[in-house]
Amino acid sequence: MAAVLSFLKRHSAFIGFAVVAMAAPLFTQNIYYLSVLAFMGTRFMIVLGLNLLMGQAGQISLGHAAFAGIGAYGSAILTTRWEVNPWAAMALSALLAATVAGVIGVPTLKLKGHYLAMGTLGFGEIVYILLVQFKWLTNGTDGISGIPSLSLAGIDFGKPQAFHWLVWGVALIMLRISLNLVDSRVGRSLKALHRSEAASMSLGVNTAYRKVQVLMVSAVFASIAGSFYVHYVHFVSPSSYTLTFSVILATTVVIGGLGRVWGAVWGSILMMVLPEFLRQYQDYTNLVFGVMLILIMIFLPGGIVSIGGAADALRRRIGGASGRSGGDAAPEGGS
Amino acid sequence: MTFDQFLQYIFSGITTGSIYALTALGFTLIYNATDIINFAQGEFVMLGGLTAISLYEAGAPLAVACLGAVAIVGVAGIVFQQLAIRPLLKAGILAQIIVTVGASLAIRTAAMIIWGRESRPLPPFTGDTPIKVGEATILPQTLWVLAVTLVIVVALQLFYRRTLTGKAVRACSVNSGAARLMGVSYSWVVLLSFGMSAAISAAGGVMITPVSFMGYGYGAMLGLKGFAAAILGGLGNPAGAVVGGLSLGVLEALTIGALPIEGASGYKDAVAFLILLLILFAKPQGLFGGRAVEKV
Amino acid sequence: MPLLRVESVSKRFGGLEALKDVSFALYEGQVKALIGPNGAGKTTLFNLISGVDTPSAGHIHFKDHDLGGLTPHQACGLGVGRTFQHSKVFDDMSVLDNVKVGRYGRSGAGLFSAFFTLPRHRREERDITQGSYEALRRVGLTDRAGELAGNLPVGDRHLLEIARSLATEPTVLLLDEPAAGLNNDETDQLAEIVRRIRDEGVTILLVEHDMGFVMNISDEVVVLDYGQRIAEGPPLMIQDDPEVIKAYLGEDL
Repeated sequence: MAAVLSFLKRHSAFIGFAVVAMAAPLFTQNIYYLSVLAFMGTRFMIVLGLNLLMGQAGQISLGHAAFAGIGAYGSAILTTRWEVNPWAAMALSALLAATVAGVIGVPTLKLKGHYLAMGTLGFGEIVYILLVQFKWLTNGTDGISGIPSLSLAGIDFGKPQAFHWLVWGVALIMLRISLNLVDSRVGRSLKALHRSEAASMSLGVNTAYRKVQVLMVSAVFASIAGSFYVHYVHFVSPSSYTLTFSVILATTVVIGGLGRVWGAVWGSILMMVLPEFLRQYQDYTNLVFGVMLILIMIFLPGGIVSIGGAADALRRRIGGASGRSGGDAAPEGGS
Repeated sequence: MTFDQFLQYIFSGITTGSIYALTALGFTLIYNATDIINFAQGEFVMLGGLTAISLYEAGAPLAVACLGAVAIVGVAGIVFQQLAIRPLLKAGILAQIIVTVGASLAIRTAAMIIWGRESRPLPPFTGDTPIKVGEATILPQTLWVLAVTLVIVVALQLFYRRTLTGKAVRACSVNSGAARLMGVSYSWVVLLSFGMSAAISAAGGVMITPVSFMGYGYGAMLGLKGFAAAILGGLGNPAGAVVGGLSLGVLEALTIGALPIEGASGYKDAVAFLILLLILFAKPQGLFGGRAVEKV
Repeated sequence: MPLLRVESVSKRFGGLEALKDVSFALYEGQVKALIGPNGAGKTTLFNLISGVDTPSAGHIHFKDHDLGGLTPHQACGLGVGRTFQHSKVFDDMSVLDNVKVGRYGRSGAGLFSAFFTLPRHRREERDITQGSYEALRRVGLTDRAGELAGNLPVGDRHLLEIARSLATEPTVLLLDEPAAGLNNDETDQLAEIVRRIRDEGVTILLVEHDMGFVMNISDEVVVLDYGQRIAEGPPLMIQDDPEVIKAYLGEDL
């Protein structure tokens, strides 16, 4: 009994979050809200993977929309053109995404800082352009429609509630395994190579291999999310996989709080809820959004996760403590 | 491809290439002063063109409208630096990228609200009768673009090498700490760099508007190609930025010309990114070597 | 048979010749010091041995391997450990976690194991923790295991780097200025620890400017100046070597 209680206590955050996420559809019948919740789930999957790459391993990707696009288009093309089983299509697309990540990752992850950012950006743009230009395969800007819903053992996952549970079920699995990674040999090696590649290599870490591996994992997460998405909206077009989307993804990770897996949660929630509020501004939406990005980065460089720390620091300063408190972490926005 | 067609592509290539060069140059000035990659650089080009259009439509003579636009956007660059960049000088790369992207989005949307969604023209500086070179033609405006770009580049070189202020700016980009100890005001250098950067890019926008019109979305892709050009030439190297921009423009034009497939122009944008990736993988310091290469 | 043999090694950086035809040998169980004025090429040599860089000419033999062309993580796998001149401790990780990274090469649970907390991961995590505490014990840092590495005073930071390297179970340990910034008491403490590590079977090659420490701890000393070896021998002999004195003109031995 004591073991069960201590297990619950240790994993209370995860369990609590899982309960909330899975129970959410019971509180609303509104299809629109249910869709937003489900899309929060797919977005969350991509951000989780990106958080492993950017937050843990300290790399940068401004091209991650491309991997979601590979998953989306892979599923779309395989299921509509060749009537491949949607689950198999999802797996195959994820495999393709991992392969592309592996191939592009080897030369790209040798780069650092600005060069890495621009390299990933270039990659993302090339994928976008190919999606638009390879009309014989992708239908170009017209997009592909008629993508079937997912179903399994009689359950139709085209229905909002069922889809929500499917997506969030998978997302929660991804969250759990990401959390597991933190306190592990591989997880520590990623944190180490983020902080000092030279030191990590001197301790036996094959940093090149680890970086490419984590890129491949993040590509798989993104690809699966992309596949889920198109099986719900039954349509895909290149306009969803632009640089803007890649930047929004990177921003979500940073705003949530780099380096903390839970940052991916807060970031995803904020970045999906925010546009809903901003919708009322219509033409001004992007303007307000852009300004908000600026303000958040200036005033909260450590992301939402650091609000606790920032509040503590503020309290200490107000309380009149002299000198600097120990362990004031630098903003984690660096490379 | 006949020689005349080839020549035509070259002309078209150097025209757009000059704008890439000016964008890349503006971007390099800011990078040298602050180590920041300014994703909003393309918006200065866009603002230059649209501001000139507004001034002209308000009745100003063309020359006044153009020069006025350059000055106004130069000031806008300074304002941008004060509002968005100054708080970020010590932040990490990601924070800087996100802020400049946010700024780019905001500026672009504001432009859409102010000037609408349509692209608008400016009259060419000296008429639009094409000049014949063999069977190829070149627009007078193209000659203006090339000439002004050349003047700007030369003037910048003179500024850097012959004036005290210019040398101070160079000193800061090499070693800001030492420069400050010698009495150079770092914040003035940054201000100046942003003003010049915005003005130079705006000049590009003003000059290209008669050729290809100007709309609120023009700056987005331009900024990206400007980076590709700057990296091609060597990040932080002003001469490299110019050569990179021109080369990129020509390579793009030739690619469209050379590809035998229909709809080749859609692939034009891919050229810039392929070149970018190639350079990053093979020779990240660029053709001419930039500033210090990032090490671990 | 020497454990480590540096054989006519040269290293050029563009026009600059950082190391020129340097040769020496390191025998098992030795503590050998590498000294010389600043810029003599000591850290460059360390970088060559630990795989950070490749010699322009010459060879570095370790056991029966040629270290040229190996990456640092491969060199570590063979048994070469090193610390860094400006300590590269992972500041915002705990002391224990820092050392745990050192156990990376002695464990193998991969990504999949970690994701799904498979038995191999769980078993190895226990072993890693044990091995890490063992390494901390060897330098005397066990009571600081839970602290953030960034909060450690400079002496303990050096010890942490050493512990981290020890966790990789090196055969030879390269120490780059381990006494930098330490006062006399701390230096004596460090000397004790280095001696003990040697007695436990680790061969040591160190770079140091603190001559008292060097004389105290080393079996042999190699002196570099302008990238060349100008003397090699027991500390007392080096002390009196006129070439060495000339190179250090004005420095107290």
